[in-house]
Amino acid sequence: MKVFVIGTGVVGSLIARELSKYDIELHIVEKKPDVAWGVTKANSAILHAGYDDPPESVRAKFCSKGNYLYNKISKELDIEVKRIGSYVVAFTEEEINTLEKLQKQGEINGVPDLEIIERKELLSREPNLNPDVLAALWAPTAGITEPWEVAIAAIENSVENGATLHLGEEVIGIEVKNGKVKRLITNKAEYEADVIINAAGLFADEIAKMADSEPVFEIFPRKGEYILLDKKLGNLVNSVIFPTPTKKSKGILVLPTADGGLLVGPNAQDLPPDKKHDLTTTKEGLEEVKKGATNLVPNIDFWYAVKTFSGLRPETKEKDFIVGKTSVWGFVNAAGMRSPGLTAAPAVAEYLVEEVLIEELGISLNKKKDFNPFRKRIPHIDETSVEVWDELVRENPKYGELVCFCNKVSEAQIVEAIKRGARTLDGVKFRTRAGFGRCQSGFCSLKIIEILSRELGVSMEEIKMNSENSWIMNGKVRV
Amino acid sequence: MKREKVDVLVIGGGAAGMAAAVQAANEGVKTVLIEREKKTGGVLNQCIHNGFGLHVYRKELTGPEFMEELWKELAETDVLVQSNETILQVLPKEKEVIAQSSEGMKIYEVGSLVLTTGARERPLNSLMIPGTRVSGVFTAGVAQKMVNIYNRLPGKRVLIIGSGDIGLIMARRLKIEGMDVVGVVEIRPEPGGLMRNVVQCLEDFDIPLLLSHTVTEIHGRERLEGVTIARVDESFNPIQGTEKFIPVDTLVASVGLIPQNELIEDFVEMDYINRGPVVDEFMRTSVDWIFAAGNNVAIHDLVDFVYEEGKIAGKYAAKVAKGEKLPEAVYRFNRGKNVGVMLPQKFTATQPFRMYIRPKKTLEKAELRISKESIRKYTWKLRPSQMIDFIFREFESLEPENRVIEIEVIEIE
Ligand SMILES: Cc1cc2nc3c(=O)[nH]c(=O)nc-3n(C[C@H](O)[C@H](O)[C@H](O)COP(=O)(O)OP(=O)(O)OC[C@H]3O[C@@H](n4cnc5c(N)ncnc54)[C@H](O)[C@@H]3O)c2cc1C
Repeated sequence: MKVFVIGTGVVGSLIARELSKYDIELHIVEKKPDVAWGVTKANSAILHAGYDDPPESVRAKFCSKGNYLYNKISKELDIEVKRIGSYVVAFTEEEINTLEKLQKQGEINGVPDLEIIERKELLSREPNLNPDVLAALWAPTAGITEPWEVAIAAIENSVENGATLHLGEEVIGIEVKNGKVKRLITNKAEYEADVIINAAGLFADEIAKMADSEPVFEIFPRKGEYILLDKKLGNLVNSVIFPTPTKKSKGILVLPTADGGLLVGPNAQDLPPDKKHDLTTTKEGLEEVKKGATNLVPNIDFWYAVKTFSGLRPETKEKDFIVGKTSVWGFVNAAGMRSPGLTAAPAVAEYLVEEVLIEELGISLNKKKDFNPFRKRIPHIDETSVEVWDELVRENPKYGELVCFCNKVSEAQIVEAIKRGARTLDGVKFRTRAGFGRCQSGFCSLKIIEILSRELGVSMEEIKMNSENSWIMNGKVRV
Repeated sequence: MKREKVDVLVIGGGAAGMAAAVQAANEGVKTVLIEREKKTGGVLNQCIHNGFGLHVYRKELTGPEFMEELWKELAETDVLVQSNETILQVLPKEKEVIAQSSEGMKIYEVGSLVLTTGARERPLNSLMIPGTRVSGVFTAGVAQKMVNIYNRLPGKRVLIIGSGDIGLIMARRLKIEGMDVVGVVEIRPEPGGLMRNVVQCLEDFDIPLLLSHTVTEIHGRERLEGVTIARVDESFNPIQGTEKFIPVDTLVASVGLIPQNELIEDFVEMDYINRGPVVDEFMRTSVDWIFAAGNNVAIHDLVDFVYEEGKIAGKYAAKVAKGEKLPEAVYRFNRGKNVGVMLPQKFTATQPFRMYIRPKKTLEKAELRISKESIRKYTWKLRPSQMIDFIFREFESLEPENRVIEIEVIEIE
């Protein structure tokens, strides 16, 4: 049985990892030169509790279950999940009514321990909130993580369990014969295929078209802009703070990031389908984000901004996930994975393998006896004790040599990231946090280029920021 | 884990730190100087242009030459220099400091501490300029390091944003090395750096300086492809209709320096105009065993002043480590009109001391007033880009019941 997963976002990666438990020939195909550089790279990074989604939606089916499954995968894959909880805050009586509706909806969706908190208690827990708040819906199971790290970990673990990873390889065609998947065609090769799983994020509609499958759908990019602020402001809030949602979106939020900074955003702007590469931030958008954020937490000092960025939500007309089998046997969608796609991903992965492949398509899959569920993260000093770090340094002195000062990343961690597949500055950054901090890689970028060039045996000019044309250096000053 | 007792621990081996360590050791106490980079010198390493040392060594030196003078001074002392070692944390209650190096983690038990961690460059990303996130955007310091130390060019065609001294010097440097330097944009109506640098770096090389201009958008998908610039009004807002697209593959940003005080800012009193700790004339912070000097206290124009501050901090830190009690800083300056960056903010009034003030705006002619009384006149132009310094010795007029002294720089005819 030859199974192909298209896409290494959090959805494709977790599906691949689920599949790597079985005795099959598993291939993971990604057009970008590294893992998780699509939607998964830029979003709010929240594990939603699951009260937002209408009970009849596909989203509701997977969100709270996915949230729960993160307990297990965070242990197995050794990824950072902080269950800091979330508040949806209300400023008017009408909004309080909405909170009550959300609470009921959450209970139907199986979200545990939802609770409406009154103003006084709320302000004692979150003293920096706008004092005009009246109440909030508290969801203790909500959390934060690093979405790219989830994907990176799941891919590492899949490869450890026998999967083949094809990076920089773009799927350009799917051959269907007698209503069944036959071949997968990329810009580099052609492969016989029995099952193809479409987890191509913003481009899942294009993949579905290649298979000429039903349902037919289109993905619209919906932009969300963010401002990331310095760790100094990381304690302004203790939990994820949402405004009361509107029909349009969950609104602009304020939340701590997993590595201790503060994130505000996103706004929501619908773009035409041909704007799937438009990651620009705009003046109006950033103003909107500032306004929304300071409405929740008035004293955010934007002098402490570290950077801005935007992400694109893979939105469908129905604003819902498209998960399951299609008119083409063996071609399976995990598409339209807008928010809460990150949260839902582990549940979607389990469902696709156990329900869709095994039950609905009747594929007989045998579990591997030697499946290793465990993967270890690259250690980080903020997540260990000084004593443990001291031992690490004694084993390998490079753990003592700091390269990124802002986020305390040593040369050993960077070398380890390169061993695990980092080829670019972003590859190192998203695996180690080096360059993510307040100086925005002013101190470390050149040192990391030097280490990459040394470890990979290529010249410094060949090291890129991320994609093929993102060169950094332009030849020698003097030969 | 290793533990070590030291009298004076100096954190940061730039000009201020080296000067502080030399002075502390000369006071006869056990002094350790910690530097996180491979070698000491800090920004002096990168500054291969000249203009250093006129005050201290009475000769015009380049950055590395100034550094070598300091190394010579250091070599004559017993200072233990630990480079490649980073301080991760200062524990104020325990009077301990946690360090990381390839030898492992270490705890220093200190008598006193001198923080000389300097400043870092403000990254362009933090200005929240709309557009894309592409390669080809560098701070001036990174571009400088790339050229001077890594022997590589950052691109082919470059615009500089910010006319601080580093920006001006990099404009000239990149031009000399063969890049097409299309200009320097500055959001203020006047250059940020010294006039001397405007002439020697831009005018002599025909590089245009666009005052009251800023970058309003970054273009490109992978590598930078261009920027939009626009004229700004008095409140620095871009004026509609003045936007212009400039095709460049490189943007070098010199948009400010940020004092680095992360190690102490949670427990010492901070001055949010200087963005550094409040200090007295001994360079002592609000915690009586923690001293600070150099660009982490406030951004200085000249290394010579940083050096002097380092010496003072080292001297008094040594006294504290020896158990001497310093007089209390009972007087405080209150920033009056036109006073921006200022240090010290407190003083003991036991001896004359040098004071630094950065005027908030350009003043054609001005006088310095203490408690409304004129003590100095400036018959030349004062600019925010140039600190004024003077010796404060006006103690007779101080009244013990009035311990807050107003200081102002007033424009005169
Ligand atoms: C602004 C914003 C905020 C969000 N906030 C949250 C949140 O807080 N919580 C939450 O749960 N969810 C959130 N989401 C949703 C979540 O980010 C997504 O559901 C999730 O990241 C989608 O993952 P994915 O794997 O489907 O897509 P992607 O991460 O885009 O992965 C798809 C991959 O497929 C590759 N690919 C595409 N075409 C091809 C091809 N032809 N050949 C080979 N490879 C191909 C792409 O390069 C990409 O790497 C948010 C999304 C956005 C944009």
